[in-house]
Amino acid sequence: MTSEPLAAALRIAWRLATVVESISETKRARTIVFDVPGWPGHRAGQHVDVRLTAEDGYQSERSYSIASAPEESHLALTIERLEDGEVSPYLADELRAGDQIELRGPIGGYFVWDISLEGPLFLVAGGSGIVPLMAMLRHRAAALARGGMQAMHRVPARLLYSSRSWDEVIYRDELASLAKKDTTLEVTHTLTREAPENWSGFRRRIDRMMLAEVVWPASERPQIFVCGPTPLVESAAAALVDLGHQPALVKTERFGPTGGSV
Amino acid sequence: MTPISRGFRGRRPSTDAESRLPPGQYETRDFPVLSAGPTPRTSLDTWDFTLRSATNQSARWTWTEFLALPRQTITTDIHCVTKWSKFGTAWEGISIDTLLEAATPRGVQPSPYVLARCDGGYTTNVPLADLMGGKAWIAFSYDGAPLPPEHGGPARLRVPHLYFWKSAKWVRELRMMEHDAPGFWESLGYHNYGDPWREQRYSGDE
Repeated sequence: MTSEPLAAALRIAWRLATVVESISETKRARTIVFDVPGWPGHRAGQHVDVRLTAEDGYQSERSYSIASAPEESHLALTIERLEDGEVSPYLADELRAGDQIELRGPIGGYFVWDISLEGPLFLVAGGSGIVPLMAMLRHRAAALARGGMQAMHRVPARLLYSSRSWDEVIYRDELASLAKKDTTLEVTHTLTREAPENWSGFRRRIDRMMLAEVVWPASERPQIFVCGPTPLVESAAAALVDLGHQPALVKTERFGPTGGSV
Repeated sequence: MTPISRGFRGRRPSTDAESRLPPGQYETRDFPVLSAGPTPRTSLDTWDFTLRSATNQSARWTWTEFLALPRQTITTDIHCVTKWSKFGTAWEGISIDTLLEAATPRGVQPSPYVLARCDGGYTTNVPLADLMGGKAWIAFSYDGAPLPPEHGGPARLRVPHLYFWKSAKWVRELRMMEHDAPGFWESLGYHNYGDPWREQRYSGDE
């Protein structure tokens, strides 16, 4: 049986998206920038469903986090190429400017943050789990640019970002430049497999001690978003609760292939 | 008009998999974990399960009492709204029919809608008819072992014919309601009913 609809809602329609450009981020990740006529807008942290159609009509769908800020005129997705993936290698390797695909969204109303929620904002990313968190940082930067210094001090932000190596840090230059311009944003990297010779930062997986060093005390009630592979999300979220943060302030999203290690 | 992706072949499912896959789904052999927040840890000493009527009559079982109820073993497919499906997963649990049967003499009368309430604050709504007649269980074992916390242990609701978010992890109570009320994801843009075969993913999908 079907229950009665609780409220009339509009169907989230499939839209035609045209590739504006495809940008290499790292060896395994590319950002695809789309022009999506009629895009209704989104909140930082939301995702879209993407649908590819083969010549014989076979279709395949996947979900991808939105990387761009709501303020940007184009919609950007950052795709990590999974070696045995059905859709991600096509998106990352084959899509060219002018190509069209279908997408629908925005989807998801929980793993979202906007400037009106204020801060402090604490972000924990593993690998391509940075994508929805980058949308939050880009949104924050755009909103602060409009609001000025006064707004800035109400929304301090910290990012703890785990990558396998320095070369696999997605948005590396942009993160550095955001942090350079903004003393209320602190970006901390940890590298789990390989580090440059003169690396003085963290060199291990995210653990409780590392989180305790970087996160605000629970009494500051930071809003926390954790996104990455399941083992990282499970252990970071548990450690944050252990450190006294209220579970309701710790929002999580699993990302990428299961069982991955970042 | 649907654009064709030049050179996109895709990975066609086998004929068997194709007939088992609802629209828009793909098969995975993994068991992905999706949760909106930290995994709650409830000790079995304090764990209990409650079936509550709309008039607030209730039947309650401790962990030991719960495990003493007649069990069933079921093998079902999982269809997650995030697109993955997993075939032939084996669960052990207590059917909702069994719980209702035991609760009725304690004054717990049925109502048309049910809200599942969980540790960590998660909720989801399901019509009672979708939980009766051998269609739903409170499962405490997966693949022959105790259900791991990240997959919803000690016990989760299992409603195989609806998208997996309806199979609420860490479930502690089924509360009957005279009128339908949306749960957690149902309030955040996901479909109120969630039939994978009709691809009812999001609010507004038919």
